[in-house]
Amino acid sequence: MTEPTKYEPTTIYINPSTGIAALNLRDLWTYRELVLFMVWRDVKVKYKQTLLGMAWAVIQPVMTMLIFTFLFGKVAKLPTDGIPYPVFSFTGLLPWGLFVVALNQGSRSLVAHNNMVTKIYFPRLILPMSSVFAGLVDFAIAFVILAGLMIYYKVTPAWNVIWTLPLFLLLAIVTALGVALWLSAINVQYRDVNQALPFLTQFWLFATPVAYSSSVISDKWQILYSLNPMAGVVNGFRWSLLGSGNGPDTALWVSAAISILLLISGLFYFRSMEKTFADTI
Amino acid sequence: MTTAISVKNLGKRYQIGAAETKFRYNMLRDVLVDTVYAPVRLVKALVGKSDRRANKNFIWALKDISFDLEEGKVLGIVGRNGAGKSTLLKVLSRVTEPTKGIVTVRGRVGSLLEVGTGFHPELTGRENIYMNGAILGMKSAEIERKFDEMVEFSEVGQFIDTPVKRYSSGMYLRLAFAVAAHLEPEILVVDEVLAVGDAEFQRKCLGKMNDVAQQGRTVLFVSHNMSAILRLTQEAIVLNKGQLIKRAPTPEAVDFYLSSGQAETGERTWSADEIPASSEPFKPISLRLKDKNGNIVDTVRSTEPATIEWEYQLDAPLTGLRLGMYLNTMRGEYVFTTFDTDDAKQYEQFGTRKAGRYVSRCAIPADFFNEGRYYFGVNASSFGVKRYFMDENALSFNVDISGAPGTQWPELRQGPIRPRLYWQIEKLG
Repeated sequence: MTEPTKYEPTTIYINPSTGIAALNLRDLWTYRELVLFMVWRDVKVKYKQTLLGMAWAVIQPVMTMLIFTFLFGKVAKLPTDGIPYPVFSFTGLLPWGLFVVALNQGSRSLVAHNNMVTKIYFPRLILPMSSVFAGLVDFAIAFVILAGLMIYYKVTPAWNVIWTLPLFLLLAIVTALGVALWLSAINVQYRDVNQALPFLTQFWLFATPVAYSSSVISDKWQILYSLNPMAGVVNGFRWSLLGSGNGPDTALWVSAAISILLLISGLFYFRSMEKTFADTI
Repeated sequence: MTTAISVKNLGKRYQIGAAETKFRYNMLRDVLVDTVYAPVRLVKALVGKSDRRANKNFIWALKDISFDLEEGKVLGIVGRNGAGKSTLLKVLSRVTEPTKGIVTVRGRVGSLLEVGTGFHPELTGRENIYMNGAILGMKSAEIERKFDEMVEFSEVGQFIDTPVKRYSSGMYLRLAFAVAAHLEPEILVVDEVLAVGDAEFQRKCLGKMNDVAQQGRTVLFVSHNMSAILRLTQEAIVLNKGQLIKRAPTPEAVDFYLSSGQAETGERTWSADEIPASSEPFKPISLRLKDKNGNIVDTVRSTEPATIEWEYQLDAPLTGLRLGMYLNTMRGEYVFTTFDTDDAKQYEQFGTRKAGRYVSRCAIPADFFNEGRYYFGVNASSFGVKRYFMDENALSFNVDISGAPGTQWPELRQGPIRPRLYWQIEKLG
């Protein structure tokens, strides 16, 4: 016979909300375990009943890197600031992979879980958040491959990678989350997002310096180019791991600012639309 | 006593109709078309021909609902489909936001709006218990503590480590309910979860819900199963078209619900084009089901007698006419056939019926039907001579067995008949 846990009841007021919805981070903290559970579930389910299992997390970036190496490295011979092309492109593919997860799984997360959204109360932020965090698991696996590649090509990072890399990883997460929040909220009402995604993903890939170095962009376009938050993330990764590029310059700061803006505005937009999710999904 | 839930002037409005279906996914294309037509609509409005979309597109699922519920009480919520019961529970569970009014809730709310939400077919039973528990708001420590209890309740035992997609539907439901049933919130909100599952499952659910109620938690229970409502709840509210029309101790509320002017059905009238010319001189007018008080109803209580009456007109005298009624279960099985001149005396007296308006009434005894849905077919004929009129699916009705003998056990009994038979129990030595 289980004893009901002693709990001092708090009073909640349920009424139509007006104005900008508060972020309600305390509620999110109460449900922190659910985030972990959902990440664990997404990861587990992704590779269940597959032959290759976790190997798939490696195959995709490696295959892409091989194709890029052939097309852009050997055939087109794009400049890579003196770094062997495989390492160069793989470093870009790492944060890009996380971003793709946010674009695809993150933006669909609300709609995919519509039965939960319409029947149970929980902070809906958890859904896009756990999609992005599940992407981190794949990131970690691919990172091991990158480490192997760097060893093979004898590319060593500078000492400050200890703190610069986590910083840029954080920036990558911020960007991914910001985009996931915006897209998932919009997708609930306007399913165009689903249709636009394949095109958007491809376009964004070419707008980001994954396959090429952003030094090929002429100076007058650099600022416009840096409006792409992923440009800053990828360049940041390259600088901290490989020492290539200019390091923190204006372009990088602009990109980072856009990322942070995306996240904050995404949070507010998501929260203000949250009350309509159960009705419109 | 403290108030657990306080609802004041609660209203919930939904958008329906053309706006919903046509623009549901709000394609960019539709938005563009809409924009192009805006000047057309403006002109129409000016001319006075605006189609007043404002009124057509909204429905108030909940209208001005107010009630208070004390801690520890069990409240039943009944009403027809579409009355707003599920919407009320959704608002209380914070799944959806009210349009008007305010709800004050003291304590955690655990909602059972659907069984098995969050279950993933690829995960094992064990993994799903953790997953589902976490979604419903349990901490992992709590889940671990109750894990064995939940597995035992669900009787899934040896299959706990197989993926849930391999489970039978019964196992799936039992497991899902096991997790939800072990929620220990201060307020529990349950929505017709008893509607699914076999008799065994329903029995278990009811038992568990009874335990929860006994533990002193505040419970809100929505169901169409009047027996369950009568058993578990002390008070009940009746919702109709979004409004709270009655709050009373459960027996009174259930009675009100079953008999309150739900008389849109319960009567079948034949229009002229439904009567073929060959039925002359017989003309059926209407078929009615009435309860013991003479009200036209579509649901009768098995513990009370009811009457079926068939009103008809004869334009010329007829000899050998007999009016028959066939009772079928909703699954199409025959239950009985009866004719108004079955009885020898009636047969003599009404061998020939003169022209005029008639009614043939059939008295249905109490303690006869089992619960369920049935329908009547009717037939007017002269044996071996001619069939004047037939309607195989004239009138359907429901039978509610609340209060019937044997309903102290919430089990489903097979068969269309549930007679009150007299048992004698004697101790021999």
